[in-house]
Amino acid sequence: MRVVAAYALQESLRRRVFTVVLILTAVFLALYGWGASLAFDEVTTFSGEGEQGNPVDAEVVTGSTIFGLAMFSTLFLGAVLAVFLTLSAVRGDAERGLLQPLVVRPVGRTQMLAGRFVAAAGVCAAYVGAVYVVAMLITGAVGGWWPDRVLEPGLALASAVVVIAAIALLGSIFLSATANGIGVFMVFGAGLAAGLLGQIGEALSSNRLEDIAEVTAWLLPFEALYQSGLDALTADARGFTDFAVQLGPFGGADEGGPLLWVWAAVYVGLIGLAARAGFARRDL
Amino acid sequence: MPAALAATGLQKRYGSAEALVGADLRVEEGQLLGLLGPNGAGKSTLVKIACGLVRPSAGGIEVLGVPAGSIEARRGIGYLAELFRFPGWLSADELLTLHQRLAGSDGAEAERAELLALVGLADARAVKVEAMSKGMQQRLGIAQALVGSPRLLLLDEPTSALDPVGRRIVRDLLQELRSRGVAVLLNSHLLSEVELVCDRVAIMLDGRIVEQGAPAELSRPRGVEIETASGTQVYEGAGRDDVPRIVAEQVHAGGQVYGVRVLSSTLEDTYLEAVSGG
Ligand SMILES: Nc1ncnc2c1ncn2[C@@H]1O[C@H](COP(=O)(O)OP(=O)(O)OP(=O)(O)O)[C@@H](O)[C@H]1O
Ligand SMILES: [Mg+2]
Repeated sequence: MRVVAAYALQESLRRRVFTVVLILTAVFLALYGWGASLAFDEVTTFSGEGEQGNPVDAEVVTGSTIFGLAMFSTLFLGAVLAVFLTLSAVRGDAERGLLQPLVVRPVGRTQMLAGRFVAAAGVCAAYVGAVYVVAMLITGAVGGWWPDRVLEPGLALASAVVVIAAIALLGSIFLSATANGIGVFMVFGAGLAAGLLGQIGEALSSNRLEDIAEVTAWLLPFEALYQSGLDALTADARGFTDFAVQLGPFGGADEGGPLLWVWAAVYVGLIGLAARAGFARRDL
Repeated sequence: MPAALAATGLQKRYGSAEALVGADLRVEEGQLLGLLGPNGAGKSTLVKIACGLVRPSAGGIEVLGVPAGSIEARRGIGYLAELFRFPGWLSADELLTLHQRLAGSDGAEAERAELLALVGLADARAVKVEAMSKGMQQRLGIAQALVGSPRLLLLDEPTSALDPVGRRIVRDLLQELRSRGVAVLLNSHLLSEVELVCDRVAIMLDGRIVEQGAPAELSRPRGVEIETASGTQVYEGAGRDDVPRIVAEQVHAGGQVYGVRVLSSTLEDTYLEAVSGG
């Protein structure tokens, strides 16, 4: 498995998509830094007027809102990376004749799959972690705002892209590259839509909508993880500040609790079992 | 001693299409068997089952005495697919290194250099796959199949992209392998090539083996042609052993014999006859 993982890792880093994502990331982080400094400037002038008796902490609202946006962008870029690194892992590669010479070697198919997953998940998690840290440092340096929890949101984001990589790898066993890519992005979009639905539900006080959103978020735990990460940003905010915080697009922040982490791990495990069974039966 | 490959009643259905309908085939240890057959006959399917890429619908197949597709079976085989591609970013040497690791070969640098020299790529060890011509990639593919000194080599049309020199190299290579006791199953459409190197030939049609034997056996006598003063005459079904008798008869009857020719069918004739259902 280690040989396969090392090979897949090397392959990932050589893919054009990796370079593209790195460039996009640099552009995004530069824009983010610029935007954040503008936002904090505005807020300082605004909150300077009535310092006394203002129940809303403008810095917290601005920082968490803008950083929530950064979290979303990070998740999106991480998802792009996760999908493109795995979308053709099995069927796509088999159609091009890349997979057969490897599968014929005395390495179990399960190990083959595990190696690819470890490599893709590792690359994506490391990438997301790095972008998260840089965005946090930028926010801190520019506006002096730091998230209430430093580690948890980053971990949640990294886990979310690992879940997406697992879904895409499973899809790659049954679908050709293009179909799988489209499919996984639709699933990703469905998760985001569920988050949006939850927000609307909250605004309308519709329990029904909120329930649907919550079930979907747990069915697609990358969404629940993302929401839980958002929530951890302002875990200590109380009262009006908490109310005023509008975190990121597509995500009524919602604390997942420890159960979510367990569920995410089980979820990836179940996907692994399904992938293993599917790959074992597949003619190449 | 178990056969290098033994398939019995092998069947494979792809949806409604039947690729194999009860194929029986044996390749003995150290034997070089050429598998012929028209497009779509099921040759590649049989080879893919032998190396565990495809699961048979029914029937059994053993490789080196163990079930095909098992890790143990895969340890003993080398395979070159009909349609294959190697990652463009690897050099020839890196590709062989990867396969050495996967195959658990400890041949190191020496094995890689030897294999590249065998297929005529000694100067290309640092060349990236993406910079190689199709023929060079096929040579590299053959070298890759030989990593780890397999006891059974499964080659699916290994010379389809090769120039005449490349074909000659592969032919010599196959003979060299046979002298080392490696069994080879060679899928090919090049009858002359198969006739030249193979110990045994099997002809496949519509998912089963319809004809097999040594090349010489398959090139059966077709008759004896006698040229006499009264024209040429063909003795159908007669062979070389019949020539003295036929000539004696002619002379005895007062004929003058100007020439005698034993007509033997080529492998091509046998092949065409077999696949046209004749
Ligand atoms: N993946 C597949 N799905 C459906 N049908 C297939 C598949 N692979 C092969 N077949 C069918 O099985 C039959 C045998 O194919 P196979 O590739 O084994 O033939 P072949 O003898 O190797 O032919 P060729 O000389 O053209 O390489 C064909 O009718 C083919 O259409
Ligand atoms: Mg074929």
